[in-house]
Amino acid sequence: MTTTTKLWIALAILVALTPLGLVLPGVFGAETAWGEWSTEEVHKLVGFVPSKMAHLSQLWKAPLPDYALQGQENARLPALSGSYILSAVVGVAVVALVMILLGRVLARRDKSDTA
Amino acid sequence: MHIPDGYLGPQTYAAAYGIMAPLWAAASRIVSATLRSRQVPLLALGAAFSFVIMMFNVPIPGGTTGHAVGAVLVAVLLGPWAAVIAVSVALIVQALLFGDGGITAIGANCLNMALIMPFVGYGVYRLVAGRSDVRSPRRWIGAALGGYVGLNAAALATAVEFGIQPLIAHNAAGQPLYAPYPLSVAVPVMAAEHLLLFGFVEAAVTGMVVAYLQRSDPSLLPTSSRDIAAAQRHGAARPPAAVAVACDLATQPPAAVSGRCAPEPETEARR
Repeated sequence: MTTTTKLWIALAILVALTPLGLVLPGVFGAETAWGEWSTEEVHKLVGFVPSKMAHLSQLWKAPLPDYALQGQENARLPALSGSYILSAVVGVAVVALVMILLGRVLARRDKSDTA
Repeated sequence: MHIPDGYLGPQTYAAAYGIMAPLWAAASRIVSATLRSRQVPLLALGAAFSFVIMMFNVPIPGGTTGHAVGAVLVAVLLGPWAAVIAVSVALIVQALLFGDGGITAIGANCLNMALIMPFVGYGVYRLVAGRSDVRSPRRWIGAALGGYVGLNAAALATAVEFGIQPLIAHNAAGQPLYAPYPLSVAVPVMAAEHLLLFGFVEAAVTGMVVAYLQRSDPSLLPTSSRDIAAAQRHGAARPPAAVAVACDLATQPPAAVSGRCAPEPETEARR
Protein backbone atom coordinates (compact mmCIF):
# COMPACT_ATOMS: atom_id res chain seq x y z
CA MET A 1 0.00 0.00 0.00
CA THR A 2 1.38 3.41 -0.89
CA THR A 3 1.83 6.04 1.77
CA THR A 4 -0.77 8.20 0.04
CA THR A 5 -3.34 5.39 0.29
CA LYS A 6 -2.54 4.95 3.97
CA LEU A 7 -2.96 8.68 4.52
CA TRP A 8 -6.36 8.66 2.77
CA ILE A 9 -7.43 5.83 5.12
CA ALA A 10 -6.19 7.84 8.09
CA LEU A 11 -8.19 10.80 6.79
CA ALA A 12 -11.33 8.64 6.53
CA ILE A 13 -10.83 7.60 10.16
CA LEU A 14 -10.50 11.25 11.13
CA VAL A 15 -13.75 12.00 9.28
CA ALA A 16 -15.50 9.29 11.30
CA LEU A 17 -14.12 10.80 14.51
CA THR A 18 -15.15 14.41 13.74
CA PRO A 19 -18.17 14.31 16.10
CA LEU A 20 -15.59 14.51 18.91
CA GLY A 21 -15.09 18.10 17.82
CA LEU A 22 -18.79 18.66 18.36
CA VAL A 23 -19.32 16.65 21.55
CA LEU A 24 -16.22 17.48 23.61
CA PRO A 25 -16.87 21.25 23.81
CA GLY A 26 -20.34 20.46 25.21
CA VAL A 27 -18.92 17.99 27.73
CA PHE A 28 -16.43 20.58 29.00
CA GLY A 29 -18.91 23.45 28.99
CA ALA A 30 -16.95 25.32 26.36
CA GLU A 31 -18.83 27.77 24.20
CA THR A 32 -18.32 29.39 20.82
CA ALA A 33 -14.78 30.15 19.67
CA TRP A 34 -13.67 33.64 20.65
CA GLY A 35 -14.77 36.16 18.03
CA GLU A 36 -17.10 33.77 16.21
CA TRP A 37 -20.29 34.53 18.17
CA SER A 38 -23.74 34.81 16.64
CA THR A 39 -25.34 38.25 16.94
CA GLU A 40 -27.46 36.89 19.84
CA GLU A 41 -24.31 35.85 21.68
CA VAL A 42 -22.70 39.25 21.00
CA HIS A 43 -25.79 40.89 22.47
CA LYS A 44 -25.45 38.78 25.62
CA LEU A 45 -21.73 39.56 25.92
CA VAL A 46 -21.60 43.31 25.32
CA GLY A 47 -25.25 44.32 25.75
CA PHE A 48 -25.88 45.43 22.18
CA VAL A 49 -25.39 44.28 18.60
CA PRO A 50 -23.04 46.58 16.67
CA SER A 51 -25.24 48.13 13.96
CA LYS A 52 -23.24 47.20 10.87
CA MET A 53 -22.54 43.72 12.24
CA ALA A 54 -26.26 42.98 12.52
CA HIS A 55 -26.67 43.79 8.84
CA LEU A 56 -23.50 42.22 7.44
CA SER A 57 -23.81 38.95 9.38
CA GLN A 58 -26.90 38.07 7.32
CA LEU A 59 -24.96 38.28 4.06
CA TRP A 60 -24.55 34.58 3.32
CA LYS A 61 -26.83 31.59 3.79
CA ALA A 62 -24.61 28.50 3.70
CA PRO A 63 -26.19 25.26 2.44
CA LEU A 64 -24.84 23.34 5.48
CA PRO A 65 -24.66 26.04 8.16
CA ASP A 66 -22.23 25.21 10.98
CA TYR A 67 -21.71 21.71 9.51
CA ALA A 68 -25.37 20.82 10.10
CA LEU A 69 -28.48 20.50 7.95
CA GLN A 70 -30.64 23.59 7.62
CA GLY A 71 -33.21 23.91 10.37
CA GLN A 72 -31.22 21.61 12.66
CA GLU A 73 -30.40 24.32 15.20
CA ASN A 74 -32.29 22.55 17.99
CA ALA A 75 -31.59 18.98 16.94
CA ARG A 76 -30.20 16.48 19.42
CA LEU A 77 -26.59 15.40 19.57
CA PRO A 78 -26.85 12.06 17.66
CA ALA A 79 -28.58 13.79 14.73
CA LEU A 80 -26.08 16.64 14.83
CA SER A 81 -23.20 14.14 14.91
CA GLY A 82 -24.57 12.46 11.80
CA SER A 83 -24.80 15.78 10.00
CA TYR A 84 -21.31 16.65 11.19
CA ILE A 85 -19.87 13.48 9.61
CA LEU A 86 -21.90 14.12 6.45
CA SER A 87 -20.48 17.65 6.34
CA ALA A 88 -16.97 16.28 6.75
CA VAL A 89 -17.52 13.82 3.88
CA VAL A 90 -18.94 16.55 1.63
CA GLY A 91 -16.20 18.98 2.63
CA VAL A 92 -13.36 16.51 2.09
CA ALA A 93 -14.81 15.49 -1.29
CA VAL A 94 -15.22 19.07 -2.49
CA VAL A 95 -11.85 20.27 -1.15
CA ALA A 96 -9.98 17.27 -2.60
CA LEU A 97 -11.74 17.55 -5.96
CA VAL A 98 -11.08 21.29 -6.27
CA MET A 99 -7.48 20.73 -5.25
CA ILE A 100 -6.94 17.89 -7.75
CA LEU A 101 -8.43 19.92 -10.59
CA LEU A 102 -6.44 22.99 -9.60
CA GLY A 103 -3.33 20.84 -9.12
CA ARG A 104 -3.71 19.38 -12.61
CA VAL A 105 -3.88 22.84 -14.08
CA LEU A 106 -0.89 24.03 -12.08
CA ALA A 107 1.48 21.07 -11.78
CA ARG A 108 4.18 20.45 -14.31
CA ARG A 109 4.27 17.09 -16.02
CA ASP A 110 6.56 14.48 -14.52
CA LYS A 111 8.32 14.08 -17.87
CA SER A 112 10.01 17.44 -17.48
CA ASP A 113 11.40 16.37 -14.09
CA THR A 114 14.38 14.68 -15.66
CA ALA A 115 15.60 17.97 -17.14
CA MET B 1 -10.13 31.72 14.25
CA HIS B 2 -12.60 31.94 11.34
CA ILE B 3 -13.70 35.57 11.27
CA PRO B 4 -17.43 35.71 10.44
CA ASP B 5 -19.21 38.30 8.30
CA GLY B 6 -19.95 41.45 10.25
CA TYR B 7 -16.83 41.45 12.42
CA LEU B 8 -14.57 43.35 10.04
CA GLY B 9 -15.38 46.67 8.42
CA PRO B 10 -14.88 47.16 4.67
CA GLN B 11 -11.51 48.90 5.11
CA THR B 12 -10.14 45.80 6.80
CA TYR B 13 -11.71 43.06 4.72
CA ALA B 14 -11.04 44.85 1.43
CA ALA B 15 -7.43 45.42 2.46
CA ALA B 16 -7.07 41.73 3.30
CA TYR B 17 -8.44 40.76 -0.13
CA GLY B 18 -6.07 43.33 -1.62
CA ILE B 19 -3.10 41.70 0.09
CA MET B 20 -4.15 38.17 -0.79
CA ALA B 21 -4.99 38.69 -4.47
CA PRO B 22 -1.41 39.17 -5.72
CA LEU B 23 -0.15 36.53 -3.28
CA TRP B 24 -2.64 33.97 -4.58
CA ALA B 25 -1.40 34.80 -8.07
CA ALA B 26 2.23 34.46 -6.93
CA ALA B 27 1.43 31.17 -5.18
CA SER B 28 -0.14 29.80 -8.37
CA ARG B 29 2.90 30.81 -10.40
CA ILE B 30 5.40 29.36 -7.96
CA VAL B 31 3.46 26.15 -7.38
CA SER B 32 3.01 25.61 -11.11
CA ALA B 33 6.79 25.86 -11.49
CA THR B 34 7.65 23.58 -8.58
CA LEU B 35 4.86 21.06 -8.11
CA ARG B 36 5.12 17.74 -9.92
CA SER B 37 1.92 16.17 -11.13
CA ARG B 38 2.57 13.12 -8.96
CA GLN B 39 2.51 15.41 -5.92
CA VAL B 40 -1.03 16.58 -6.69
CA PRO B 41 -2.67 13.77 -4.65
CA LEU B 42 -0.55 14.79 -1.65
CA LEU B 43 -1.62 18.40 -2.11
CA ALA B 44 -5.28 17.32 -2.24
CA LEU B 45 -4.70 15.23 0.91
CA GLY B 46 -3.13 18.21 2.62
CA ALA B 47 -6.04 20.49 1.79
CA ALA B 48 -8.57 17.84 2.86
CA PHE B 49 -6.62 17.19 6.07
CA SER B 50 -6.60 20.91 6.85
CA PHE B 51 -10.37 21.01 6.28
CA VAL B 52 -11.06 18.05 8.58
CA ILE B 53 -8.64 18.93 11.37
CA MET B 54 -10.38 22.32 11.72
CA MET B 55 -13.61 20.46 12.57
CA PHE B 56 -12.01 19.09 15.75
CA ASN B 57 -12.97 21.85 18.13
CA VAL B 58 -10.83 21.60 21.24
CA PRO B 59 -12.53 22.96 24.35
CA ILE B 60 -11.05 25.13 27.05
CA PRO B 61 -13.12 23.83 29.98
CA GLY B 62 -15.73 26.43 30.82
CA GLY B 63 -14.35 28.73 28.16
CA THR B 64 -14.15 28.85 24.41
CA THR B 65 -13.01 26.45 21.70
CA GLY B 66 -10.24 26.41 19.14
CA HIS B 67 -8.68 24.02 16.68
CA ALA B 68 -5.56 23.11 14.73
CA VAL B 69 -5.26 24.23 11.10
CA GLY B 70 -2.65 21.96 9.52
CA ALA B 71 -1.13 24.76 7.44
CA VAL B 72 2.42 24.21 8.71
CA LEU B 73 2.20 20.48 8.01
CA VAL B 74 1.33 21.18 4.36
CA ALA B 75 4.16 23.75 4.21
CA VAL B 76 6.68 21.22 5.57
CA LEU B 77 5.61 18.56 3.06
CA LEU B 78 5.03 20.64 -0.06
CA GLY B 79 6.45 24.08 0.64
CA PRO B 80 4.80 27.23 1.99
CA TRP B 81 3.40 28.39 -1.36
CA ALA B 82 1.59 25.09 -1.86
CA ALA B 83 0.22 25.53 1.66
CA VAL B 84 -1.12 28.97 0.71
CA ILE B 85 -3.20 27.34 -2.02
CA ALA B 86 -4.24 24.20 -0.13
CA VAL B 87 -5.38 26.00 3.03
CA SER B 88 -7.07 28.76 1.00
CA VAL B 89 -9.14 26.13 -0.82
CA ALA B 90 -10.13 24.58 2.53
CA LEU B 91 -11.06 27.99 3.98
CA ILE B 92 -13.08 29.05 0.92
CA VAL B 93 -15.07 25.79 0.96
CA GLN B 94 -15.68 26.25 4.70
CA ALA B 95 -17.01 29.76 4.13
CA LEU B 96 -19.19 28.98 1.09
CA LEU B 97 -20.67 25.60 2.06
CA PHE B 98 -20.63 25.68 5.85
CA GLY B 99 -20.74 29.35 6.81
CA ASP B 100 -17.55 28.84 8.84
CA GLY B 101 -15.84 32.19 8.34
CA GLY B 102 -17.53 35.01 6.49
CA ILE B 103 -17.67 35.64 2.75
CA THR B 104 -16.35 39.16 3.24
CA ALA B 105 -13.68 37.76 5.57
CA ILE B 106 -12.27 35.12 3.19
CA GLY B 107 -9.34 37.42 2.41
CA ALA B 108 -8.60 38.02 6.09
CA ASN B 109 -9.00 34.37 7.09
CA CYS B 110 -6.70 33.29 4.26
CA LEU B 111 -4.21 36.01 5.22
CA ASN B 112 -4.09 34.67 8.78
CA MET B 113 -4.33 30.91 8.33
CA ALA B 114 -3.20 30.32 4.73
CA LEU B 115 -0.41 32.89 4.45
CA ILE B 116 1.00 34.06 7.79
CA MET B 117 0.68 30.68 9.45
CA PRO B 118 2.42 28.47 6.86
CA PHE B 119 5.22 30.99 6.21
CA VAL B 120 5.98 31.66 9.86
CA GLY B 121 5.71 27.97 10.71
CA TYR B 122 7.83 26.91 7.76
CA GLY B 123 10.50 29.47 8.71
CA VAL B 124 10.70 28.01 12.21
CA TYR B 125 10.82 24.49 10.77
CA ARG B 126 13.73 25.38 8.49
CA LEU B 127 15.58 27.09 11.32
CA VAL B 128 15.31 24.04 13.57
CA ALA B 129 15.62 21.32 10.92
CA GLY B 130 18.51 23.06 9.17
CA ARG B 131 20.65 20.67 7.16
CA SER B 132 19.77 17.73 9.34
CA ASP B 133 19.22 14.27 7.89
CA VAL B 134 15.68 13.51 6.77
CA ARG B 135 15.33 11.01 9.64
CA SER B 136 16.75 13.38 12.25
CA PRO B 137 14.58 14.25 15.27
CA ARG B 138 15.27 17.88 14.35
CA ARG B 139 12.78 17.44 11.50
CA TRP B 140 9.75 16.52 13.59
CA ILE B 141 10.76 18.81 16.44
CA GLY B 142 11.10 21.65 13.95
CA ALA B 143 7.71 20.80 12.45
CA ALA B 144 6.08 20.73 15.89
CA LEU B 145 7.65 24.03 16.90
CA GLY B 146 6.68 25.48 13.55
CA GLY B 147 3.09 24.41 14.13
CA TYR B 148 3.07 26.02 17.55
CA VAL B 149 4.57 29.32 16.43
CA GLY B 150 2.65 29.40 13.14
CA LEU B 151 -0.73 28.97 14.79
CA ASN B 152 0.10 31.63 17.36
CA ALA B 153 1.17 34.04 14.62
CA ALA B 154 -2.16 33.45 12.88
CA ALA B 155 -4.06 33.97 16.12
CA LEU B 156 -2.20 37.21 16.81
CA ALA B 157 -2.98 38.53 13.33
CA THR B 158 -6.64 37.60 13.79
CA ALA B 159 -6.74 39.32 17.19
CA VAL B 160 -5.23 42.50 15.75
CA GLU B 161 -7.82 42.53 12.94
CA PHE B 162 -10.60 42.16 15.54
CA GLY B 163 -9.04 44.66 17.90
CA ILE B 164 -8.61 47.53 15.45
CA GLN B 165 -12.31 47.52 14.50
CA PRO B 166 -13.53 49.72 17.40
CA LEU B 167 -10.78 52.22 16.49
CA ILE B 168 -11.72 52.30 12.80
CA ALA B 169 -15.50 52.24 12.96
CA HIS B 170 -17.78 53.56 15.70
CA ASN B 171 -20.88 55.71 15.83
CA ALA B 172 -21.27 59.15 17.43
CA ALA B 173 -21.87 57.55 20.81
CA GLY B 174 -18.57 55.66 20.53
CA GLN B 175 -20.28 52.31 20.00
CA PRO B 176 -18.32 50.03 17.67
CA LEU B 177 -20.02 49.16 14.36
CA TYR B 178 -18.28 45.80 13.86
CA ALA B 179 -16.22 43.59 16.21
CA PRO B 180 -16.79 45.13 19.63
CA TYR B 181 -13.66 44.32 21.62
CA PRO B 182 -10.58 46.58 21.52
CA LEU B 183 -6.99 45.42 21.04
CA SER B 184 -6.49 45.41 24.82
CA VAL B 185 -9.04 42.59 25.08
CA ALA B 186 -8.75 40.75 21.76
CA VAL B 187 -4.97 40.32 21.76
CA PRO B 188 -4.48 38.98 25.30
CA VAL B 189 -7.45 36.61 25.06
CA MET B 190 -6.56 35.19 21.64
CA ALA B 191 -2.86 35.03 22.54
CA ALA B 192 -3.46 33.28 25.86
CA GLU B 193 -5.75 30.57 24.56
CA HIS B 194 -3.45 29.78 21.62
CA LEU B 195 -0.22 29.99 23.63
CA LEU B 196 -1.57 27.81 26.42
CA LEU B 197 -3.63 25.21 24.58
CA PHE B 198 -4.36 25.32 20.85
CA GLY B 199 -0.73 25.88 19.89
CA PHE B 200 0.18 22.59 21.56
CA VAL B 201 -2.59 20.82 19.66
CA GLU B 202 -1.18 22.15 16.39
CA ALA B 203 2.34 21.18 17.48
CA ALA B 204 1.25 17.62 18.30
CA VAL B 205 -0.64 17.18 15.03
CA THR B 206 2.19 18.59 12.90
CA GLY B 207 4.99 16.82 14.76
CA MET B 208 3.28 13.43 14.84
CA VAL B 209 2.47 13.34 11.12
CA VAL B 210 6.02 14.39 10.22
CA ALA B 211 7.49 11.81 12.64
CA TYR B 212 5.25 9.12 11.10
CA LEU B 213 6.34 10.02 7.57
CA GLN B 214 10.00 10.03 8.66
CA ARG B 215 9.62 6.37 9.62
CA SER B 216 7.26 5.15 6.94
CA ASP B 217 8.13 7.13 3.80
CA PRO B 218 10.91 9.70 4.29
CA SER B 219 11.03 10.31 0.54
CA LEU B 220 7.97 12.53 1.00
CA LEU B 221 9.91 14.96 3.16
CA PRO B 222 13.04 15.84 1.17
CA THR B 223 11.42 15.46 -2.24
CA SER B 224 9.44 18.63 -1.80
CA SER B 225 12.44 20.73 -0.73
CA ARG B 226 14.46 19.33 -3.61
CA ASP B 227 11.71 20.23 -6.03
CA ILE B 228 11.43 23.73 -4.70
CA ALA B 229 15.20 24.10 -4.68
CA ALA B 230 15.57 22.76 -8.20
CA ALA B 231 12.93 25.05 -9.60
CA GLN B 232 14.42 28.03 -7.80
CA ARG B 233 17.89 27.17 -9.11
CA HIS B 234 16.65 27.02 -12.66
CA GLY B 235 15.03 30.40 -12.23
CA ALA B 236 11.63 28.96 -13.01
CA ALA B 237 9.88 31.04 -10.43
CA ARG B 238 10.97 34.41 -9.21
CA PRO B 239 8.29 35.99 -7.09
CA PRO B 240 7.78 39.75 -7.43
CA ALA B 241 9.93 41.91 -5.17
CA ALA B 242 7.37 42.46 -2.43
CA VAL B 243 6.61 38.78 -2.27
CA ALA B 244 10.28 37.89 -2.23
CA VAL B 245 10.81 40.11 0.79
CA ALA B 246 7.89 38.57 2.68
CA CYS B 247 9.16 35.19 1.64
CA ASP B 248 12.70 35.89 2.81
CA LEU B 249 11.48 37.16 6.15
CA ALA B 250 9.44 34.05 6.63
CA THR B 251 11.76 31.37 5.39
CA GLN B 252 15.39 32.44 5.47
CA PRO B 253 17.58 31.35 8.32
CA PRO B 254 19.34 34.51 9.45
CA ALA B 255 22.75 33.28 8.32
CA ALA B 256 21.73 32.68 4.73
CA VAL B 257 21.05 35.86 2.82
CA SER B 258 20.88 34.67 -0.73
CA GLY B 259 17.77 36.52 -1.83
CA ARG B 260 16.20 33.23 -2.75
CA CYS B 261 12.89 31.95 -1.58
CA ALA B 262 13.87 28.37 -0.88
CA PRO B 263 16.25 28.29 2.05
CA GLU B 264 19.41 26.26 1.57
CA PRO B 265 18.57 25.20 -1.96
CA GLU B 266 21.58 22.90 -2.25
CA THR B 267 21.10 20.86 0.88
CA GLU B 268 18.73 18.20 -0.35
CA ALA B 269 19.99 18.05 -3.90
CA ARG B 270 23.52 17.17 -2.88
CA ARG B 271 22.48 14.07 -1.01
